[in-house]
Amino acid sequence: MDKMPKWADVVLIPLISLMLAAILSALVILGIGEDPIAAVKLMVSGALGSTYGWGYTLYYATNFLFTGLAVSVAFHARMFNIGGEGQAMLGGLGVALVCLYIPWPHWSLALIFASLGAAVFGAAWAAIPAYLQAKRGSHIVITTIMFNFIAAAVLNYVLVNLLRPEGSMDPATARFAETVHLPSLHELLAPLGIEFSKAAPANVSFVVAIAACVAVWLLIWRTKLGYEIRAYGNSEHGALYAGISPVKITMIAMLISGGLAGMMATNNVMGEAERLVLNSTEGAGFIGIAVALMGRSHPFGVFLAAILFGFLYQGGAELALWTSIPRELIVVIQALVILFTGALDNMVRGPLERIFLAIRREKA
Amino acid sequence: MDFLTLIQVLDSTVRLATPLLLACLAGLFSERAGVFDIGLEGKMLMAAFFSAAVAATTGNVWLGLLAGIASSLVLSGLHGIASITFRGNQLISGVAINFLAAGMTVLIAQDWFQQGGRTPSLFSGGRFEPLNLPFSDSVADVPILGPIYSELLSGHSVLVYLAFLAVPATAWVLFGTRFGLRLRAVGENPAAVDTAGVSVVGLRYAAVMICGLLCGIAGAYLATALQAGFVKDMTAGRGFIALAALIFAKWRPWHALGACLLFGLLQAVALRFQNIEIGSFVIPVQMMDALPYILTVVILAGFVGKAIPPKAGGEPYVKER
Repeated sequence: MDKMPKWADVVLIPLISLMLAAILSALVILGIGEDPIAAVKLMVSGALGSTYGWGYTLYYATNFLFTGLAVSVAFHARMFNIGGEGQAMLGGLGVALVCLYIPWPHWSLALIFASLGAAVFGAAWAAIPAYLQAKRGSHIVITTIMFNFIAAAVLNYVLVNLLRPEGSMDPATARFAETVHLPSLHELLAPLGIEFSKAAPANVSFVVAIAACVAVWLLIWRTKLGYEIRAYGNSEHGALYAGISPVKITMIAMLISGGLAGMMATNNVMGEAERLVLNSTEGAGFIGIAVALMGRSHPFGVFLAAILFGFLYQGGAELALWTSIPRELIVVIQALVILFTGALDNMVRGPLERIFLAIRREKA
Repeated sequence: MDFLTLIQVLDSTVRLATPLLLACLAGLFSERAGVFDIGLEGKMLMAAFFSAAVAATTGNVWLGLLAGIASSLVLSGLHGIASITFRGNQLISGVAINFLAAGMTVLIAQDWFQQGGRTPSLFSGGRFEPLNLPFSDSVADVPILGPIYSELLSGHSVLVYLAFLAVPATAWVLFGTRFGLRLRAVGENPAAVDTAGVSVVGLRYAAVMICGLLCGIAGAYLATALQAGFVKDMTAGRGFIALAALIFAKWRPWHALGACLLFGLLQAVALRFQNIEIGSFVIPVQMMDALPYILTVVILAGFVGKAIPPKAGGEPYVKER
């Protein structure tokens, strides 16, 4: 067997892919006549050089943690959930309904039920493609793409016709009540004597996201259900032989995936905007794909990748502010990461395997 | 609804169906050869930008068309390398291509024109002008048939006629030539084609490149005929509607024409009427927007006929070792 050591598979390949993406991105920056080294410096200082920068980096990272975990849980069952965007949009609707129509005495209670609402709505939106895949054999990738567009239309309709406060022109809900305001990192850290920027939107959802990471790790590697999901993902026939129901695993994995994607809304809708607006997800559902691929679908990897993309997002915003490099640079970097870690995996793996094989032969 | 309105709606149906049709046929070639392509959107977008950019710079719309096709072919080549040569995941590659196009177009547009990620508006010479069919002015006053001929059939850009001609051409290539037979076989059973001594890789690359060519024309049509210039994300999900139409048509050329005209009609109606009142019941415009996607999900679920994709679709071909 021409197998590589596990560390090479888990660490080396993503790192090389990431470097290739970085080199190409640098060439792109050079191509549009800017200095890549200065750009990186600006990104680092803008995203990590102050608690303000960190506040935004962690805020974006929270979004990507949820969507990245969502995509990776589906990946474990060998399903490609492109519907994170739609599921997160519907999750936002769940959060908005919970926050608007129930008078909560305290934010902590509100957060628990808003998370539940978000997860239920997100899971419900993932349930239909999951059911169609499990029972009717429709391709989950295509149906989840279609459901992203349908979600956008549904949300547009709900915001324009149903939830818009009277007399208001923009398609958005009313502001949530003051009692459901989630404490920001500034408010959380101040009692500990740590000064953190007041302006940045990072909030308690970040802690929830880390808890979700741990929960997903426990689920996938420490429970029977997680074992079944991984077994099904590795070999459908083997799983079937072992008495694992494909319908059950498909449904459960997608429900968890949709629920996690939906829970993103506690961060962006409840924690930041404090009302539901159109396009509140801002593409985070899609970035979840890159995050899950880079993190090799492992919660810790997803955590690192989410922080990296949070850095890219905030750094990219700083770049757009101070140079003539548009924000879309991040989209290009994201595309390159997806391309190299997801689609061109064998291009990196092939030569590496040959190198390791050569080393092993020499030793033998 | 009076007759003239009907003609106008059908006229914009034809305009809106054209890019869908070109992209749908593009996907047809690729998927019939066993390469799934959800990057149609990205290729169209890239082509839309480069056609508009070159047309704006040179003032020659034909050069723009060529540039658009070339840029789409580059992305097709990338998809081919990832999914054929390196046997990567075709779906992930398609997703990457969509993002690459969305980012690169704005990045290059901003660097090139400094207009916030758009190209300057195109004027005559930089655009495909409407083509007036012979006698269209003189018969315009003939009742019923006159408007149909002069409004609906005449007065489209050359790319519209090209797109409609591409339907019989595709049907002929796929079902009337040896190349088409082999191309379809590669999507159903690549091992058999390989055994017959025909290159699976070569055929798949050919299919992916035809896909790039057609997506390039579709993108150029968007930016230089339907609209006058490129704006950020101007494909607006058309690549995915084309994909939906392809499933709706069950991977058949003439049915693709029907599906694209239907989805074009939905877009035209949504564009013109916003909310439609039927008695006391109101169909919201969002419903019209979502209808192509909903219909596709229903078709995929097999509630109205079963859509069965080419058998080897999505699977990289590995020779037995």
